[in-house]
Amino acid sequence: MNIVICIKYVPDAQADLTFSESDNTTDRLGVEGLLSELDEYAIEAGLKLVEGAVGPDGAASTVTVLTVGPDRAADAIKKALQMGANAGVHVNDEAIHGSDAVATSLILAQAIKKIGIPDLVLTGMASTDGAMGVVPAMLAERLGLPQVTLASEVTVEGETVTIRRDGDLASETITASLPALVSVTDQINEPRYPSFKGIMAAKKKPVETWSLADLGVDAALVGLGAAWTTVESFAKRPPRVKGQIVTDEGEGGTRLAEFLTAQKFA
Amino acid sequence: MLYLYVDVNVKHGHQQGSLHLPAPTKGPLMFELSKDHEDFRSVVREFAEAEVAPHIAAWDREAHFPVDLIPKMGDLGLFGLVAPEEFGGADPGEGAFTFLCVAIEELGRVDQSIGITLSAGVGLGINPILTYGSRDQKEQWLPDLVAGRALAAFGLTESEAGSDAGATRTRARLEGDEWVVDGSKAFITNSGTDITSVVTVTARTGENPDGSAQISAILIPSGTPGFAVEAPYRKLGWHVSDTHGLLFDTCRVPAENLLGEPGAGYRQFLKTLDDGRIAISALAVGLAQACLEASTGYAKTRIAFGRPIGVNQGVSFQIADLEVMVEAARLLTYKAAWLKDELHAGRRSVKEVKQAAAVAKLYSTEAAVSATRIATQIFGGNGFMEDFAVARFYRDAKILEIGEGTSEVQRMVIARGLGLPGA
Repeated sequence: MNIVICIKYVPDAQADLTFSESDNTTDRLGVEGLLSELDEYAIEAGLKLVEGAVGPDGAASTVTVLTVGPDRAADAIKKALQMGANAGVHVNDEAIHGSDAVATSLILAQAIKKIGIPDLVLTGMASTDGAMGVVPAMLAERLGLPQVTLASEVTVEGETVTIRRDGDLASETITASLPALVSVTDQINEPRYPSFKGIMAAKKKPVETWSLADLGVDAALVGLGAAWTTVESFAKRPPRVKGQIVTDEGEGGTRLAEFLTAQKFA
Repeated sequence: MLYLYVDVNVKHGHQQGSLHLPAPTKGPLMFELSKDHEDFRSVVREFAEAEVAPHIAAWDREAHFPVDLIPKMGDLGLFGLVAPEEFGGADPGEGAFTFLCVAIEELGRVDQSIGITLSAGVGLGINPILTYGSRDQKEQWLPDLVAGRALAAFGLTESEAGSDAGATRTRARLEGDEWVVDGSKAFITNSGTDITSVVTVTARTGENPDGSAQISAILIPSGTPGFAVEAPYRKLGWHVSDTHGLLFDTCRVPAENLLGEPGAGYRQFLKTLDDGRIAISALAVGLAQACLEASTGYAKTRIAFGRPIGVNQGVSFQIADLEVMVEAARLLTYKAAWLKDELHAGRRSVKEVKQAAAVAKLYSTEAAVSATRIATQIFGGNGFMEDFAVARFYRDAKILEIGEGTSEVQRMVIARGLGLPGA
């Protein structure tokens, strides 16, 4: 079974996140970054699937991780390879800066075509920075694959993938024919830490770096200029103000309700 | 090729401005760890912050040994850093001991008890069996120990014999094809956990021609009749670490449980101690580093008289001193670890390692004790509260100046290494 897992290098959520003053994009240079935590679940799911799929046919399974991002996005690939993925593909091109979800899905789709359509494309449920959560659907559409999203469980049998999607009222079981795209939630598993052996083995694993030209993607279709959505402006969160203390003198409930209404919490 | 393995990048990694430095040039002397060591460090740090940090206050309060954490540490490969692949280890070859020190430092940065659990598990549990064990002994014990499914301990210390190992009172006599062990051991780390599989125990097995005690090491499996583990100690610190006294009353084990050569227990133990001293030094570096980070953070955010307390030189100078201590301790520790790895590769002498280990252990542990005192002082009243980690750090520090040879013993070793006349 061959699996491609789309991963993203994001700013560390624990750092002071900010936008770039020059073009209102997320400042990815001034803060430490890392592999998006939500993508670790997709990696773990992919590794579990191939570990369970060492079949009698003896055909080798391959897990390839794919990222679109600047130089330092290589760190996300490295982490995935340390966890156990077999190979990495890094699409890196200055023209990509500022790309929105539409352009990102285009680049990912072209890269996956170049890798070769696998049995399964896996993604996280969203990135931890942009958090739009639309790339999986766009990518499936561009690749013409069935999209089964927000999986809390995933199994592959023969030519079929089955997922469980947990909702507020019910859990759905959804099947699709392979090849397919599956996005997974943070409930699906407990991602592993890279082991010492994994860290050492990762150094020898192949990573290819491709430009837009390598993918045949027109630079005019991606980047800030082509984005369908833009950040008009940004403002720093105002400093916390002192809390109000309501002393209950019989009408405390009413005053609480008034406060919540005034703050538009209710 | 001469490298000094010293971390400088990680500590400053979170600060802006250091992100785009070019790769360091390879010179004859490099004061930083290899890329592999740093990659490994970042994973151990992530592990410690996610798997240890959220629980450590409760574990410490309840003196709970987190037995479920050990296999997770095994999955990470921490117990296999110096073991060959045939027993499940990673056998990194060059720089293996330095990898172990990195892991101990990073666990110790979050909690000292977890750091010593690894240090003792590898240095005292696995190492003697790996180094002196027979083929059968290795195959019997090492796979579970390396995987983190089991822990082993080393029983040397007695109430009246520690660094003075010649004073060992525990005796073992050969009766037919069995050793019969009688005596007691004190302060034995990892000896009474639910997964402790075996304890290597030193015992007098006779006298040498010169009349000195012949000390041998014998493997005693947990649960052997006549082997009793006493209730855990109530300790000043290291509450999460498993420490017991051990009693042996006509405890019988097969003759083949002898570890290494008969009468070689003393020599084997001395070698174990040099490694252990560097490991304790790494543990101390982790503690001093934790104090530096906690104090820096607190001095920036704690407001007194309308300003962060860090504006006061009475505070900021103490933190500057912490930085100096951490840097110096780390340099000495990784120099010793590097020498130990070089010794393993046959390029250095035992004497050099012994001296470097004692120097590093002495300085780092005394610096760590000072660092916890400074950190609790900077935290003021909060530093005295168990709600703040620095209070635990303060309690945990003192043993560093005692275990694996007191500071006084280190000074003895260093003076002897200088050729000064001994007592």
